[in-house]
Amino acid sequence: MSQQGYVAAPPYSQAQPGMGGYQGGFGAGPAQPLYGHYGGPPQTFNGPPTGMMKSPVSSAAGVPPPAAPSQYNPNVQQNGAHPQRYPPPAVSASYGQPLQSQYNNMAPAAPPQAQQLTNQMSSMNLGSYASGPMQSPPPPSNSLAQQPFQPAPPPVGQPLMPPGPQSPHMSPPQSPPANMPMAGLPMAGQQMGGPPLSGMGRPFPGPPPPGPGGFQQPSPGPAGPTGYPQQGGQFAGHMAGPQPGMMGPQPGMMMGPQPGMMGPQPGMMGPQPGMMGPQPGMMGPQPGMMGAFPGSPGGLAGPPQKKLDPDSIPSTTQVIEDDQAKRGGQVYNTNIRGQVPPLVTTEFPIQDQGNASPRFIRCTTYSLPCTADLAKQCQVPLACIIKPFASVPKNETPLYVVNHGETGPIRCNRCKAYMCPYMQFIDGGRRFQCGFCNCVNEVPAFYFQHLDHMGRRVDFYERPELSLGSYEFAATLDYCKNNKPQNPPAYIFMIDVSYNNIKSGLVKLICDELKTLLENLPSEDGSESSAIKVGFVTYNKVLHFYNVKSALAQPQMMVVSDTAEMFLPLLDGFLVNYQDSRAVIYNLLDQIPDMPAWRHSRQQSAAGSSSSSTPPCPPPEAPGKLKNRDDKKLVNTDKEKTLFQPQKGVYEQLSKECVAQGCCVDLFLFPSQYVDVATMADVPSHTGGSVYKYSNFQVETDGEHFLRDLRKDVQKSIGFDAIMRVRTSTGFRATEFFGAIHMNNTTDIEMAAVDCDKALTVEFKHDDTLSEEAGALMQCALLYTTVNGQRRLRIHNLSLNCSLQLSELYKSCETDSLINFFAKSACRAILNQPLKAVRDILVNQTAHMLACYRKNCATPSAASQLILPDAMKVFPVYMNSLMKSAPLVGSTELSTDDRAHLRLSIMAMGVEETQLLLYPRLTPLHNLDVDSEALPAPVRCSEERLSDSGMFLLENGHSMFLWLGQASPPDFMQSLFNLPSLAHLQGNMNALPELDNPLSNKVRSIISGLMEKRPNSMKLQIVRQKDKPEMLFRQFLVEDKSLHGGASYMDFLCHVHREIRQLLT
Amino acid sequence: MATYQEFIQQNEDRDGVRFSWNLWPSSRLEATRLVVPVSCLFTPLKERPDLPPVQYEPVLCSRANCKAVLNPLCQVDFRAKIWACNFCFQRNPFPPSYAGISEVNQPAELMPQFSTIEYIVQRGPQAPLIFLYVVDTCLEEEDLQALKESLQMSLSLLPPNALVGLITFGRMVQVHELSCEGIAKSYVFRGTKDLTSKQIQEMLGLMKPAASGQQGRPVGPQDAEAPCKFLQPVHRVDMNLTDLLGELQRDPWPVPQGKRPLRSTGVALSVAVGLLEGTYPNTGARVMLFIGGPPTQGPGMVVGDELKTPIRSWHDIQKDNARHLKKATKYYEAMANRSAVNGHPIDIYACALDQTGLLEMKCLSNLTGGHIVMGDSFNTSLFKQTFQRVFSKDYNGDFRMAFGGVLEVKTSREVKVCGTIGPCVSLNAKGPCVSENEMGTGGTSQWKVCGLNPSTTLAVFFEVVNQHNAPVPQGGRGVIQFVTQYQHSSTQRRIRVSTVARNWADAQTQIQHIESSFDQEAAAVIMARLGVFRAESEEGPDVLRWLDRQLIRLCQKFGQFNKDDPTSFKLSESLSLYPQFMFHLRRSPFLQVFNNSPDESSYYRHHFVRQDLTQSLIMIQPILYSYSFHGPPEPVLLDSSSILPDRILLMDTFFQLVIYHGETIAQWRKAGYQEMAEYENFKQLLLAPLDDAQEILQTRFPMPRYVDTEHGGSQARFLLSKVNPSQTHNNLYAWGQETGAPILTDDVSLQVFMDHLKKLAVSSSA
Repeated sequence: MSQQGYVAAPPYSQAQPGMGGYQGGFGAGPAQPLYGHYGGPPQTFNGPPTGMMKSPVSSAAGVPPPAAPSQYNPNVQQNGAHPQRYPPPAVSASYGQPLQSQYNNMAPAAPPQAQQLTNQMSSMNLGSYASGPMQSPPPPSNSLAQQPFQPAPPPVGQPLMPPGPQSPHMSPPQSPPANMPMAGLPMAGQQMGGPPLSGMGRPFPGPPPPGPGGFQQPSPGPAGPTGYPQQGGQFAGHMAGPQPGMMGPQPGMMMGPQPGMMGPQPGMMGPQPGMMGPQPGMMGPQPGMMGAFPGSPGGLAGPPQKKLDPDSIPSTTQVIEDDQAKRGGQVYNTNIRGQVPPLVTTEFPIQDQGNASPRFIRCTTYSLPCTADLAKQCQVPLACIIKPFASVPKNETPLYVVNHGETGPIRCNRCKAYMCPYMQFIDGGRRFQCGFCNCVNEVPAFYFQHLDHMGRRVDFYERPELSLGSYEFAATLDYCKNNKPQNPPAYIFMIDVSYNNIKSGLVKLICDELKTLLENLPSEDGSESSAIKVGFVTYNKVLHFYNVKSALAQPQMMVVSDTAEMFLPLLDGFLVNYQDSRAVIYNLLDQIPDMPAWRHSRQQSAAGSSSSSTPPCPPPEAPGKLKNRDDKKLVNTDKEKTLFQPQKGVYEQLSKECVAQGCCVDLFLFPSQYVDVATMADVPSHTGGSVYKYSNFQVETDGEHFLRDLRKDVQKSIGFDAIMRVRTSTGFRATEFFGAIHMNNTTDIEMAAVDCDKALTVEFKHDDTLSEEAGALMQCALLYTTVNGQRRLRIHNLSLNCSLQLSELYKSCETDSLINFFAKSACRAILNQPLKAVRDILVNQTAHMLACYRKNCATPSAASQLILPDAMKVFPVYMNSLMKSAPLVGSTELSTDDRAHLRLSIMAMGVEETQLLLYPRLTPLHNLDVDSEALPAPVRCSEERLSDSGMFLLENGHSMFLWLGQASPPDFMQSLFNLPSLAHLQGNMNALPELDNPLSNKVRSIISGLMEKRPNSMKLQIVRQKDKPEMLFRQFLVEDKSLHGGASYMDFLCHVHREIRQLLT
Repeated sequence: MATYQEFIQQNEDRDGVRFSWNLWPSSRLEATRLVVPVSCLFTPLKERPDLPPVQYEPVLCSRANCKAVLNPLCQVDFRAKIWACNFCFQRNPFPPSYAGISEVNQPAELMPQFSTIEYIVQRGPQAPLIFLYVVDTCLEEEDLQALKESLQMSLSLLPPNALVGLITFGRMVQVHELSCEGIAKSYVFRGTKDLTSKQIQEMLGLMKPAASGQQGRPVGPQDAEAPCKFLQPVHRVDMNLTDLLGELQRDPWPVPQGKRPLRSTGVALSVAVGLLEGTYPNTGARVMLFIGGPPTQGPGMVVGDELKTPIRSWHDIQKDNARHLKKATKYYEAMANRSAVNGHPIDIYACALDQTGLLEMKCLSNLTGGHIVMGDSFNTSLFKQTFQRVFSKDYNGDFRMAFGGVLEVKTSREVKVCGTIGPCVSLNAKGPCVSENEMGTGGTSQWKVCGLNPSTTLAVFFEVVNQHNAPVPQGGRGVIQFVTQYQHSSTQRRIRVSTVARNWADAQTQIQHIESSFDQEAAAVIMARLGVFRAESEEGPDVLRWLDRQLIRLCQKFGQFNKDDPTSFKLSESLSLYPQFMFHLRRSPFLQVFNNSPDESSYYRHHFVRQDLTQSLIMIQPILYSYSFHGPPEPVLLDSSSILPDRILLMDTFFQLVIYHGETIAQWRKAGYQEMAEYENFKQLLLAPLDDAQEILQTRFPMPRYVDTEHGGSQARFLLSKVNPSQTHNNLYAWGQETGAPILTDDVSLQVFMDHLKKLAVSSSA
């Protein structure tokens, strides 16, 4: 992992000690316990919640500035004194029995988890409401609520407190933010009024009254506040706010809160403003945002009386929706350095004007800190995610190919960077200065061009390499292996024809599909037929090669039994042009499934080649034989990492050879038991290949799913035998690379093939100080072979800002990219570190990043407020989801293979895929407007969003579920399934019947549209509420507590908040 | 009594045996003094149209280490129904089935005319014959085409139930599966990897999946359900195989400039042997290897693939410069021994202009009784005819080939067997009749001859063990019994038993008798075999010197002369031709390597040590017939003086058939006289040798190289190199004379040789 990532944590932790005083105050180092809490001790839990609550803040912020102080004090006291011990008691006390009881119950029941938190929270809220204590004026309520929890806050609070003044503007926004996690409390805090602004209105119509109150507050810091809200505060605010808000009913209290809640969502921002006074600038922008937010949340609010309102915490769906609304559809010009692109989920056309489009490169932040110290301080990883072959929509221009003839591309003599817009032409155009290393180079005579009065070449717009961020060069022989022209690429299909696969019909399925598939091999634009050659190998315990030369009357099979020393038995006729040999290949594909002599035991051989391969189980003999080493006992131990490490030997060597030969391996697995994916997938994962896994494959149910994958895999655009290098301007450089790649040295990224879905993540480190004027440049050059066998260089350039202000950095962050980086680095880290350590590091770094923001960028506010940078407000939910993902969760209920598979998949994922994976899209279909083009807006991934009479579609890029509520109306069932009621639905359906009615058509088109859009095809699983398979579905509700262990979103926020507070103290 | 000539002829006809001495000296000492050892040429399967096999089992002596077969020389007590073994004197009761035996009702094996008798026994499973073609695909297009046609043709010659298999090789080795429809399936082996038999069988799927580490049992032919997919009955796969052969392509791997194609002969053979070993051990199966060049890679490689390094020559071998020789030879020897153990002969059909590595590979055939055929191209009638003749049939319609022969030699007490020279391997059967003194392949009384045909002849050497002072076994006879078990081409198991006896003679008193019992033809061939056998392991000059010494000693022993007076030297009739045989032998390619490649030498020697006496003699001293207007065709001296302008000569050297037109005849022919009606007789004359040649060509295996030449023709060298150079450019007196043609050589003529011999023989110092 990058140092920043995980290692960085230490300093912070140290800091804690510094906090010292507070710590003591905190009492039993809640800090540490925090983690523990995950593990289990309820206590810790309590601690955090309190902390989270920050109600203090909220209170402060809240309506009654005055009140705040009071609250504050109490808090403080509490903190100092009780934190540890008291928390529970306190709570109980304050709230009265109800709370306690709940609490207690909870604790025992679910020892470790987040649930508790939520419960607590909820209970708290409830209590507060119920108890009526709250009742009185909001403020009080706040205070009450807080008290119990707050222990922690005090410290924080103090600093903030003083801000009495702050409170004014802060409060509105802030409070909400602060609360966020704890939700419960916050509500109290709700004073946030601020947040309310936009959000408020909508959501809580009911509460309006309160709203006003909320607003009022804002009013204090009118303009400013609004602005703020957007930025960061939001979530903080929300959390807290929301709940109360929910309360709606209890106007008095809530009021403040509610709005706050709302605010959060919409304007999570609200909080921000609150947060940092410092970031006034930020604030400014935000306001706008706020407006945008119409609080969708409102709708949800309805039910949750009893619980802490989930709507109060930053909502990913909301953020996505807002971004889509704000930036969707607008042309994004890449001419501005350091410009932050819209979210990956947003659809927008891109115009290349000198920087690579975000489809190709996305960064964790578009404003790098100028110094290594700053970078270290903020802990925000500096990385970019490059998807060099990303597909470009039809309406955007494909990359231009620049051909400089025999001289080849023009490059800087020193650093070898390729000609690009960052090269500065000087000396009347006779020389150019490299933007990366500053070396001055002569311009070759043929390339000379005069400069205009701006110092730009006259042909600036005629040459893609001078005016665009992405383009291609035709490579010369110097760029080819051995200086020989490349052969056209080949696809070799290796099919496992062991008895079981024949019997199951899999082989027949594949062979039949290949007939059509081969007609559609990818080809370069414009060429009639594909230049790709195809070859076939089948295998069981031996390998069968096929001679399918067009001249033959019938195919020839050559059996190679020498699995110990594999060799290619034929030269001519193995790789053929499909069009030429179609008849023979047809003949072959017809025969393969029926060959009589396949009765051998199953075995997989070590022969690799590009494309599909379907090994059934670990090879029993011969090189590459794997021993079964699946051991559930290792889960949650220090040795768990061994489950992810490939076994040494053959496969390792094989992957090296494959890379050297430019051979990419895609693996289709149909295991019925443990096959050691970690090892077998080692080859694909180093050669730019993909691994597809279909457990307990059955032709009838999984066939179509597999074929869709196969089609996509074969037909997607791809480059072969690629070498990539990322060059950067002086001052920083690429240090770590994550992806389905192989690296022989520290700079050359080798990929046997790279397709449109493969992305690699590159981390940067400072070498030196960067200057704000010059910014930071990077150039990613990919040398590859096209499907036609031409050698090309694909260049992507990107320029970033540099700043001495951390606020700039936080402003330019991109959560989706960050999480992509963290996902990959965590997935790599688990190879070497215990899972628990990795998770701890993730949490620590999250806390550090946020704490740093709070400390340096946010306006001062109560410590009890959780303040998140606007650009990162949903970061915690992703981070939490990441830690709950299969590879990281450490549950014995998950299959080791699945975990390894997902781990490897993540390594090659782009930003879109990680985003979707970690925050699945849950789309309600029950109130579908069949006439509308648009997809229904997704809702948050939480069980609470489901309704008994609803129907939801959930997809994360790997799985797709159609969830049917118990009370699904019969007409739905009739329209969609042609069944009278839900009860008639057969289990294990995985496709919708084709019925000709608007609903069915619409739903099916939505589903097929999604399947089409995602890199992987997904198997549609239809689950009924309360059915057993629903368990599967539930693990994807990432905001909820995970079945396999892992906190709910809310609990996690609380936890992080507590961490932050510790860091800040 | 008839003459010895008649006796010898009769014995040969009846038993297929020619002894060097037909009277045996009665003591060891005397025997050694005879110079030519007591030995015989034995043709186990000599064709005996007059000998119908009997359909029952032979009766064996019950003594465990004897087991001799009841024969006409045994004493039989008809009343007691007891017979006495004439080797160990054990008295054996007849088996119950012989209950009706009496003086007038004797079983065949007791009748004197059945000293050779053949039994058909019902033993073991009957397995069809197996022919496994191992085909080199690194051939020129034309050669490959011709070979394919020959192979396709051969399918029609096989009995329908015979199993065939096909292995092709080039850079890789492919074992073709013959029973598959719709797709041509083959198993491929890397040409460079030496695999054990077990590995090969596993890779071919012939082993049951190794269960629990226990060695899988090869799927035997017993499993009638699962006949090996690589060996299928001809009638079933005829079409498939014909197509397969038709589609056979030249090895597709590119051969760069300056390289030889990579040819994995070694691995191909190993796979073939392994395949048969795993499927049909000890059943009649023939591996037929067709090669068009030397092995260039993998185990058994004879030469590297760089054309700039030429294949080894005798010169290289003598200088110890043949890099791969020892290793390759060792490899093929091991292979040959394995194959011999399984009873599978290996044929080599080598057709190429350059050497193909026969020197290294010869043991494959030499030890297993397989054929070697050497030609310039597969597209020659030499190969085509020869190959066709492999499948020739006898008067019963059976192939002239037998498999898995085991020859056992039993001797009476005064004699022991020293060894054999022939296409066989020792079975290491020790016994009382095995001499410690080895000659040829010795130390055993049983030999395995995997491939036999009616002309296969072994030289068997004996030793008289009677001590000098022991009494001559008075009136006794030395008895030798040859028991040959084999699988007949009709797949029957058969046993042929020949029992021969010779009288003892006291060499001191009866030396003349012994001398007159000398079979100089047999002796010449036997000595030649000894010489060739030695030549395999010794330097050429040493062998010649040894041969010369033997000859001189023999002349000293039997010649009549006055000491130191060469002119007085005289040899009796029974030895008169012997020195001449030796003279020609010395000049033969069997002992002379000059002008021959190592492969050619191996080829010649291969045939020499397996052909019967007549053919061997032709090899030693070619036959020369002369055709002229002066009379009917007549054999003439193999001498330069026989080369006359108005003669047509027909020379048969076994390997070549040369028709040589004398100078005048050639001119006439060129002038076209034979076309004119009035010169019909000339036409007849021209045709006469052609007809005779045709006759030889029709019957000989392998077919000889046919040369039609004339005076001054380049091909005349075949004749000129063979004839005794009685007239050379050196003896000027003959130069320009009309008799004969001078030979341009420094070789000594027979005359000089004889003079020298006489001088040495009579020399008191020698």
